[in-house]
Amino acid sequence: MDHISQVLWQFLIKWLTNFSLYPPEASKIAPQMDALYFFMVLISLIGLTIVILLVTGFSILYSKKRHPVAVQIEGSTLLEATWTIIPLGLFLIMFVWGSFIYFRVYTPPANAMNIYVVGKQWMWKAEHPGGQHEINALHIPTGRPIQLTIISQDVFHSFSIPAFRVKREAIPGRYTSVWFEATKTGTYHLFCTQYCGTNHSAMIGDIVVLTPDDYKKWLDGSTSGASLAQNGERLFASLSCAACHNGRPDSRGPSLAGVYGSKLTLTSGQSILADEAYLRQAILNPSEHVTQGYSPIMPTYQGQISEDGVISLVEYIKNLNSNDRVEQTLNTTTLLPEGEGKAAAVGTSAGQTSPKQGMVKQ
Amino acid sequence: MGQQVDATGFAMWLFLLTEIMFFGGLFTAYLIYRNWYYPAFVAGSHQLDIIWGTANTAVLITSSFTMAMGVWCAETRRKGGLLLCLCLTLFLGLVFLGIKSIEYGEKIEKHHVPGFHYSLKSFTDPESDPQIYKMYHDKPLPLDMARHTEMYFGLYFAMTGMHALHMIIGCAILVYMVFRAQAGAYTTGHVTFVENFGLYWHFVDIIWIFLFPLLYLISRHG
Amino acid sequence: MSTTIVSLPDQSTARIPKVNFISKEHGLLSWLLTGDHKRIAMLYLASITVFFAIGGALAGLIRLELLTPQSDLMATDTYNKVFTMHGVIMVFLFLVPSVPATLGNFLIPLMIGAKDLALPKINLLSWYLYVAGGIMVLYTMAAGGVDTGWTFTTPLSTHYLNTNVLSTGIAVFIAGFSSIFTGLNFIVTIHKMRAPGMTWFRLPLFVWSHYAASILMVLGTPVLAIALVLVMLERVMGIGVFDAAKGGDPILFQHLFWFYSHPAVYIMILPGMGVISEVISTFSRKRVFGYTAVAFSSVAIAVFGFFVWEHHMFIMGVSTYSTLVFSLLTMLVAVPSAIKIFNWSFTLYKGSITFETPMLYAFGFIGLFTIGGLTGVFLGTTGTDIHLTETYFIVAHFHFVMVGGMLMAFLSGIHFWWPKMTGRMYPEKISQLAALITFIGFNFTFFPQFILGTLGMPRRYAAYPPEFQVLNVFSTAGATILGVGYLLPILYLTWSLRYGEIAGNNPWQATGLEWQVQSPPLTENFAEIPIVDHDAYDYDWLEKKHEHEREVTSV
Repeated sequence: MDHISQVLWQFLIKWLTNFSLYPPEASKIAPQMDALYFFMVLISLIGLTIVILLVTGFSILYSKKRHPVAVQIEGSTLLEATWTIIPLGLFLIMFVWGSFIYFRVYTPPANAMNIYVVGKQWMWKAEHPGGQHEINALHIPTGRPIQLTIISQDVFHSFSIPAFRVKREAIPGRYTSVWFEATKTGTYHLFCTQYCGTNHSAMIGDIVVLTPDDYKKWLDGSTSGASLAQNGERLFASLSCAACHNGRPDSRGPSLAGVYGSKLTLTSGQSILADEAYLRQAILNPSEHVTQGYSPIMPTYQGQISEDGVISLVEYIKNLNSNDRVEQTLNTTTLLPEGEGKAAAVGTSAGQTSPKQGMVKQ
Repeated sequence: MGQQVDATGFAMWLFLLTEIMFFGGLFTAYLIYRNWYYPAFVAGSHQLDIIWGTANTAVLITSSFTMAMGVWCAETRRKGGLLLCLCLTLFLGLVFLGIKSIEYGEKIEKHHVPGFHYSLKSFTDPESDPQIYKMYHDKPLPLDMARHTEMYFGLYFAMTGMHALHMIIGCAILVYMVFRAQAGAYTTGHVTFVENFGLYWHFVDIIWIFLFPLLYLISRHG
Repeated sequence: MSTTIVSLPDQSTARIPKVNFISKEHGLLSWLLTGDHKRIAMLYLASITVFFAIGGALAGLIRLELLTPQSDLMATDTYNKVFTMHGVIMVFLFLVPSVPATLGNFLIPLMIGAKDLALPKINLLSWYLYVAGGIMVLYTMAAGGVDTGWTFTTPLSTHYLNTNVLSTGIAVFIAGFSSIFTGLNFIVTIHKMRAPGMTWFRLPLFVWSHYAASILMVLGTPVLAIALVLVMLERVMGIGVFDAAKGGDPILFQHLFWFYSHPAVYIMILPGMGVISEVISTFSRKRVFGYTAVAFSSVAIAVFGFFVWEHHMFIMGVSTYSTLVFSLLTMLVAVPSAIKIFNWSFTLYKGSITFETPMLYAFGFIGLFTIGGLTGVFLGTTGTDIHLTETYFIVAHFHFVMVGGMLMAFLSGIHFWWPKMTGRMYPEKISQLAALITFIGFNFTFFPQFILGTLGMPRRYAAYPPEFQVLNVFSTAGATILGVGYLLPILYLTWSLRYGEIAGNNPWQATGLEWQVQSPPLTENFAEIPIVDHDAYDYDWLEKKHEHEREVTSV
């Protein structure tokens, strides 16, 4: 077309071919959420059409020229009931459908691989269990449920992956989590969606979805040394946690082997699940989270340890399993999809003796 | 005219309802954090002087009585009585504020004001505070729980400070009313201002009746 | 036969009534110390327009910056301040007071047959508090602005910013009390000052909607006040209520803030809905279909509106079970609005409809509010909220209901009651053009933002990925058109003060007590308090009244 300049033409072509009304569906939940979304779009269009038809129809039929004398009508209980019950019914369908999806997104399956995400002004740090650290990026494999355990180091942020249709607030002082399973390889947007100050719009990155083989290759290539659990082990030793948590019968603190995932009774009588949030709180606010039978003598580590450090400790404790011999290794390729922690022995802890409690051994 | 009286009374009750919503936010925060950090709140509460607190409660209740008497005097057109009651109420209100400032002074001295060199010493090492220790024999709080006492004092200052602000405004209006009462404004049948102010004063009193046990009387039984 | 219902007096001899509330007293002080609700309404109208213009200019800056993907028009910090000030000014200094403080103040005593509001001095105090709040905001802007976002999210606002959070908090606190006193005044007035015979169910729906909004103002705003006080104490003293390091919980701020700010949106929209009821009825010459349903739906919105605040926090780590409760309640609060839309539509049925400017704005309201309200359901449904929250979908949603809804209703009301307030008509043709321009500009500006939100573009971004540029350019183009649409009324309404046609008592042939008195009204509204013996929107009564044309209400 001679009338349209080349530049404009290229722009139009690019836009028309790349244009989409919704992001790519790259996770298992995405099509499910899109189904609900498009149902709602459909209902909205129908509702809007009805209203527009009523208004324009009546305006034409009963304009003053055509209908000079108005007829006073008080109302109609039947109509009121109709347009109360039908919209309510439709909204309730959406409510139920949406609640199922919501619960699905925020209830991670037990076998999900956990990746920690720390948000801070103005970047995202992702920490893989094998110790790989990423800034403003996240490499993940397809076909594997992945849980993100998210926390902020300063203000509220929000971890958003539009292509996966997931989003979760990063809150200071508390873990939040979300899970997904990627279905399509590719690179997708990562956004911070909670206004967090000056460089809020710069707190973006890439979610790189790889095939499981490519993911393994990436893991190999980007090992940064110790895995999270190994780092945690190091911290455990340097912070002298083993002085009390050493698994001996006369120890001042409870044994931590197998504590993750177990039900604990606190001194208040309350029974809680020892998940990541509990472990974090027990490190930072121990006097409120004392296991029954023990004195509240554990000092707090608030201020002495960063969120990264807490994450490492939590990972270490998570992998302290009395059934398996958990031995950390520098070789992170052995962190296979089937299960973390089963790897060749290196073990660097100092001072533990009782094998019965399943502590890390040489 | 009757409509106007009726209207302003209704308006005053509505205004007090907004004040309940206002203080409600503070009470909500207090209830949540007391539930989470009970030991810290107990320790913080022990730092408050119960004698001053009780005295203040008595002072305020008495001032509510004198205010109610003042309303009666206005309704029965006793100008002298009204003046006396208003002055007494004002005096008691000022006594309350005076005692409050003594208490605040004590807190400042002991570095229990959040954000201004807040000190945890009294909580991690109760024996360093012999006066309080003699009364309660508190056990030392672990450091992380001790830190939460700052929350208790933050709420203490926010709640009593907001209450004191309302008292100050009330006292200022009382001064105005004394002058107007002297001029006979309230003893000729136009009592609405006095009545409505009475409502306000009683309300401020009731807020204190809630604040006192919540802040001063945590875990004090027997 | 004419296709309008405008019935103006013979312009060659018509004059504005000699004695009216404007001409009664002269001089600046007579305005600044007035107790007359009508003068206070005009004071509000002037000051609200000023702040609307400032907020609008800030919006223009936002859209200009977003023409390009890079943050290149202004520093990112400046952009953050611009959108914060835009939000603060538009929400607290424009939307909340707009219809209640101007139209509500002016009309409620007239509509119920009273001489004034119950508490005229408090009414004046309300205006001064509004101006004080406004001056604090101007001071904040002069002092370099604030960049917390209008939502003051902690701990950003308490610990991580060096900008003027305190002055903004004080400004909003003061403006909040202005709102509380206005609501208080309305509730007392509506309860206690109705004319003899004016029962609750004879009240115009405008009064019902203001009553419902006033309940929200009175009960909700104090919670915002205390939330702001706590933020300011946290900043100044570090009390720790919102500081995770001290054991506080920033989520507590979210609960306290949204406990007000959700009812706030109903404070903003309910009065506008009241306007629409009046306008639709008048321009179809019919009583509102389902009067009782519309009246009760206003109260239902007010009541339910208090119990849905957590839907602003669905992804913030709140208990998943609590989201069930709040999502369900959000669905319930959506239904009364749907009821109103259908009742208004059916008011047109078998009516005699004309298309003057207020009616055009009302039609725009119905269409745009329907879209805005339906997209609210997208957000109230937890499953879709995960994807859509914190994106431009939210921005589009609230602009559809607030600008496409509320602002259109405000303009509809201003045009509708302009003759009553000033005694003069606005110029019809240019105002219809302005309404059309506004409608077109609005859709161009905000509809693309729904798509941007679905695509994932976050809100409050100064820079964005390049693939979002086309839709942003559309949006900015629309904003330019919208700006023209809003500028025109400011110009021609001012022009009409001097050159508009004389309106007479009731140019619209409307029912309603305010239309039975002169334009502009007397200071005391009625020469004698009317005794009401008919329902609202009783066009038969109006016809019979004109049969024996007795002018007892003008001098």
